[in-house]
Amino acid sequence: MLDAVEAIEGEHYFDRVVTALVMFSVIWAVLGMAVGVYVAAELIWPTLDFGQPWLSFGRLRPLHTNVVIFGFGVSALMGTAFYSVQRTSHVPLFAPRLAWFCFCAWQIAVLLGGLSLLAGWTSSKEYAELEWPFDIAITIVWVCFAIVFFGTIAKRRIKPIYVSNWFYGGLIIVIAMLHIVNSLAIPVTISKSYSLFAGAPDAIVQWWYGHNAVGFLLTGGFLGMMYYFLPKQADRPIWSYRLSIVAFWAFTYSYIWAGPHHLHYSSIPDWVQSLAVVMSLILLAPSWATMINGIMTVSSASQKLRTDPALKFIVLSLAFYGLATFEGPMMAIKSVNVVSHYTDWTIGHVHSGALGWNALITFGTFYFLVPRLVGTALYSVRLANIHFWMALAGTMLYVLAMWGAGVSQGLLWLSLDEIGELSFSFKDIMASMPPYYALRFVAGLVFLLGAVLMTYNLYMTIRGRRTIHVRPPAVMSHQI
Amino acid sequence: MKMNGIGLHKKLEGNAGLLIFGILFVSAIGGLVQVLPSIFQESLKTPTGTTRPYSAVELAGRDIYIREGCSVCHSQQIRPLLAEVKRYGPYSRAGESVYDRPFLWGSKRTGPDLHRVGGKYSDIWHRLHLVNPRDVVPNSIMPAYPWLTEREANAGSDIHLKMRALKKLGHPYSDEEIEAAPAALEGLTEIDALIAYLQILGAWTKAEDTP
Repeated sequence: MLDAVEAIEGEHYFDRVVTALVMFSVIWAVLGMAVGVYVAAELIWPTLDFGQPWLSFGRLRPLHTNVVIFGFGVSALMGTAFYSVQRTSHVPLFAPRLAWFCFCAWQIAVLLGGLSLLAGWTSSKEYAELEWPFDIAITIVWVCFAIVFFGTIAKRRIKPIYVSNWFYGGLIIVIAMLHIVNSLAIPVTISKSYSLFAGAPDAIVQWWYGHNAVGFLLTGGFLGMMYYFLPKQADRPIWSYRLSIVAFWAFTYSYIWAGPHHLHYSSIPDWVQSLAVVMSLILLAPSWATMINGIMTVSSASQKLRTDPALKFIVLSLAFYGLATFEGPMMAIKSVNVVSHYTDWTIGHVHSGALGWNALITFGTFYFLVPRLVGTALYSVRLANIHFWMALAGTMLYVLAMWGAGVSQGLLWLSLDEIGELSFSFKDIMASMPPYYALRFVAGLVFLLGAVLMTYNLYMTIRGRRTIHVRPPAVMSHQI
Repeated sequence: MKMNGIGLHKKLEGNAGLLIFGILFVSAIGGLVQVLPSIFQESLKTPTGTTRPYSAVELAGRDIYIREGCSVCHSQQIRPLLAEVKRYGPYSRAGESVYDRPFLWGSKRTGPDLHRVGGKYSDIWHRLHLVNPRDVVPNSIMPAYPWLTEREANAGSDIHLKMRALKKLGHPYSDEEIEAAPAALEGLTEIDALIAYLQILGAWTKAEDTP
């Protein structure tokens, strides 16, 4: 291993690709959330599709999920991974041109993939809707992402690989495995393929993928972001190193098993369902261990919470992370799932994670990162504070609306009268939904407007500035 | 160095290759133990009752169902619960989905479950309902699909390619069936094919067959 290495003269971190990824992430966030608000409106006013196939709910909803997860989420993860892996390794990116390729190819894939969904190209598998040409493109970009990321780690000048990199590494490796297996299919035409798996096995494979895309992308990837940016922002080391180790491996081991809780009471084998219940409950431990680790890291710097909007976002996101990772295992218990499954409660649960955890931590990170990338202060702390309250209000109202809608759907569907007949028709139950759906629409709109405010704030921060050059520290590394 | 847990981990976090291998190994266990056996479990691949591969027309209809994202709002999986069986019919069995590539069980019911919708309504009801749901269900929030009446069911001329691909995957189509497929779709619009698919849903299990 290297010892006594100094930074090479003129060497600097490659941050321009990070700035580009952050900018596109923000654009996708606004677009994806706007589509979300639009489909929420369609559930109140169904004629909003104006008889156009490409505006139809069945095509727009996958567009919404794909743009927010793969456009907003993955661009943010790729950008923050490139930023933090350089700083935790004390070296510039390995193969910076390949990093630019990752950036360009990914944005094109999200754009064309989104258009293909509007055209009705879909495999129908949730969060894996894109058809086979895109599956291949995603695989290629992902391999390049892995080369840049692990290449940078391989040439690092400090011996230990920092904890944020374990999580980013987990994201890259496990998502590759899930994506490749779940996308196995025989192509028929450019826009159509048939899954290699059928029926019940296909369902099990899909939710092994679907649940762990949530696990290793929306949870693991963003935990990588948390482990780097939270200590940076709080200016404190991570509270417990031991806890991060235990939580990381427990998380990586147990998440994978929980997928079939999406298939409770379906025709997959009972043992698979039961195992998923147990592992989902176990998952609560590493999830909360990580949350506690984060909260305790901030606790000694809590006075910063009054003045730093970026830190506020991240701490609130940890609270929602704790809420969602408690709710998830509860919903995985079969007797709770009987009520929650197929209802809007699931949609509420997803959004307490997606808005409350993923979006908030990303917003906080961007408020921290963007000024540093261009070497200036944030344009307006006041606007960021307003955004904070809009994001909190939007998330809370959204979750409350969906709890109300979901629990009533679940209970009313199951309700039998005194002679054992169904109490309510499906139509009648749906007829009671407009107030909840209206509240959800408003909540989504508030959240979206907050994101627009952030876009303006970050734009004004970046405007007319270039990404500054930061040099790796010229320090002696530890003797080995 | 004392080889306690932390000492061991120091090795892992000092070596990128070891870390990659560790993550891959630890995350693969669940899939190997839980998912892999399910993929090869024979009982999940054995057709129930009269379950058969979809005819050319039904298959075209099913692919329209996929294209329009019907499974975003409609499940096709009836749970073995009293209220559910009363509302939708006999609960779903694995053997009924063996020719479903991909499975269309869904995860959300913004509309009702459709696994046993076959035969519940007339063809003409479905036609009216798909063209404008609010003509027959006043408060419905389902989108209208007027374009289905205008497009030909085999506009892409790919039905035989689809059936050939499925045959490769083990669906027992005969060569004659595949040859005859384009002719079977001749003159039909997309809405005809979709209705043919909806009308076969659940028809493979009779109420008296269920425990």
